[in-house]
Parts: sequence; C-alpha cells; structure tokens
Amino acid sequence: MKDLFRGELVRLTLVEPEVGAKASALWQRDSEFHRLLDNSPARLDSEKKIKEWFEKDAEKGFKPERYGFSVRTLAEDKYIGFLGLWVDLIHREAWVGLGIGEREFWSKGYGTDMMKLCQQYVFRELSLERLSLGLFEYNPRALRSYEKCGFRLEGRTRMDTMREGNRVDSLWMGILREEWLQLQEGDGK
Amino acid sequence: MLDIQTQLFESQDLRLGPIDHEKDPEIESKWTHDSEFTRLMDTDPARPLSAAVIKKQYEKLEKKVEEDKNLFHFMIRTRVDGRLIGKAVVQWIEWTNGNAFLRLGIGSAEDRQKGYGTQALQMLLRFAFAELNLFRVSALVPEYNEAAVALLRKFGFVQEVCRRSALERDGRRWDLYTFGLLRDEWQNGHTGQAER
Repeated sequence: MKDLFRGELVRLTLVEPEVGAKASALWQRDSEFHRLLDNSPARLDSEKKIKEWFEKDAEKGFKPERYGFSVRTLAEDKYIGFLGLWVDLIHREAWVGLGIGEREFWSKGYGTDMMKLCQQYVFRELSLERLSLGLFEYNPRALRSYEKCGFRLEGRTRMDTMREGNRVDSLWMGILREEWLQLQEGDGK
Repeated sequence: MLDIQTQLFESQDLRLGPIDHEKDPEIESKWTHDSEFTRLMDTDPARPLSAAVIKKQYEKLEKKVEEDKNLFHFMIRTRVDGRLIGKAVVQWIEWTNGNAFLRLGIGSAEDRQKGYGTQALQMLLRFAFAELNLFRVSALVPEYNEAAVALLRKFGFVQEVCRRSALERDGRRWDLYTFGLLRDEWQNGHTGQAER
C-alpha cells in the first residue's frame, strides 16, 4: 500500500492551530495570494481570531464531509500551505480548495504534488467518484497544474467575479475516478 | 418576451409573498412526500417531513435571511385565491461580485406545465436584476430535469458548465449543469431587442 500522506516534495499533515494562525495572518497580508484563492473581499483577521477558528474546527471532531490538512515540505519540514476537502457523501463527490502561502514555493511543482496527494486520498481512501474544483481565469499557473493532474475543464461561469473593476470568469474542472485510475496505469503504478 | 410590469411581486396569475407560518407547513409537508418533486428541487435525499419540521425550517430560514443578508425567499401563490403553489429563491448572493443563484419549484404535479414556472421566473429575474441590481444569476440543474432546462433556455440562460457524473440517482451517474444569465442578456430579451 502507498503512503497516502507523502508525495515527492510535500506531505499532508494535521492542522496545528497555533502554527496555522501565525502563518495565515501573514498570508492574509498578501492580497495577490488571497485573490488567487477566493473572490470574497480580502480581509485581515487577528492571529487570535484565526487560532480560535482552527480550534473550534478541531473541537467539532470528525465529520465525514470535511477534511483539512496542513502541507509541509519534505526537505525543510516547512509549513507552506493547506488543503481542504468538502465531501458530498450522497453523490460521492468532493470539492478541493488548496493554497501555498509561502511565495518562494510557487511555480516549482509543490502545488501539483499537493494535488496528486489529494487525488490519491479522494479516490483511494475516501472512495469517491468525482473530484471538483474552481479557479479564476487570471490564474493560468493553477490551470496548468490541474491539467497536468488530469483534470478536465468543464466550463466557465461568465464574468461572475469582479476584480479591479474588470469582469472575469471562473473556471470549473473535474476528474472522475475512472479517469484517475487510467492515469495511474499509464504511470506504471 | 417579458411583459413590462409595474409590480415586482405580481404576474398575470401569480403573486410572490412571504411565508404563512400557519398554513404553509401543511402544504409543503405534502410536497416532501412526492419524491419526484424533491428530486427536481434538490440534490439531497428525498424524505417526507412533517408540518412541524417544516415550520421549524421556516423559522430557521427567516433567521438566516435576517442574519446572512445574502438570501431572499418567496412563496409563490395564485392571485385568485392565495393558494401556495411553490417557492422562489435568490441565494448565495455575492454583493461584491454582483452574482447569485436562483431556485424555483412548483410543488404539486397538477400545478406544473401551466406556465406558472415561466411567470415565477419572470418575477424572480426582474427582482434579481432590477431590484437587487445583480450583474448575473446562475442556476444549478441536473441533467434529468428537462423542464427546468427548457424553462431556463426560454429566458436566454446559457449552459456554461457541465459537471460530468456529479450526481447519483437510481444507480447511475448524471451530469449537473450550471446555467448563467447576464443582466445585459436579460435586458435585451426584456425589451425585445435581442433575437430569440
């Protein structure tokens, strides 16, 4: 059996409220990072408040619809980002949201490695049928990474986001279990 | 294709109105016993709900409307006798982006295919674009809901996304569509300038 949590560059691990809050507060200052991640207005929360959210989340205990991970590099054991899954148990679909807050780890394959771990977890461990995600058209780096991981572009919601006075599209992608399994065979795994 | 109307909440045969906490729970409870309706309206599993449970849901809903400020909920009634026939909702409003999702349902089978959906959507779109000043609206529709697809297309909605195999019903997988309509497209249709 494969190690579900260990990729080639990163590993998925638990969320530590203290470490997470410290990093998130810093990452929130980076409005480019926020705008790549979400189309809600950028905001700045206190470290204390963010830590409370993380703790509250942990108190709720195990929920089969919700999975959150911290992402650490294998080489430096540095906390660089996060990955969250929202699962529809009835229709066996998961949505993924992920981000790398530490800019020096952008464009170097860390995101792709995170996504491969995510797919492995969704299809090998959660046994779901489909993995979905959304991104903005001004994020070509993410688009390339997701395409590399076998996601197909399934459409775009026209001009649903307003950035700097411009209307931009959101893109929607998905990969099915059978598509992912075929890719694994191709890799000889 | 759309009539010019002065009243936001009135169409030829219908009226949008608030919840009637005394009378509506009984009727909506009946709808939940019809799995065809629940499967058209929702991706959650069908299950019959009592009037008491529906009543609680209404209270929760009104609280949510008040607190979240990104949701508008209407009951659809006939003008002639005020009978409840369905629900119309503008939800998940993102004020900074000017977008939202619409939901519409006609509860009993005998009230369907009478043009009520068309009238209700007409009011809902006018509310979303002319009252809330949204830039665009979306609707999520399962592949198998052909009536909804036809209704949305009638109003100029464009199928923008096809989430392949996103739903499971009756032991097989179905696609889930996202339809979108921009305010410009609605306005052009509204004033009859666009070709249909």
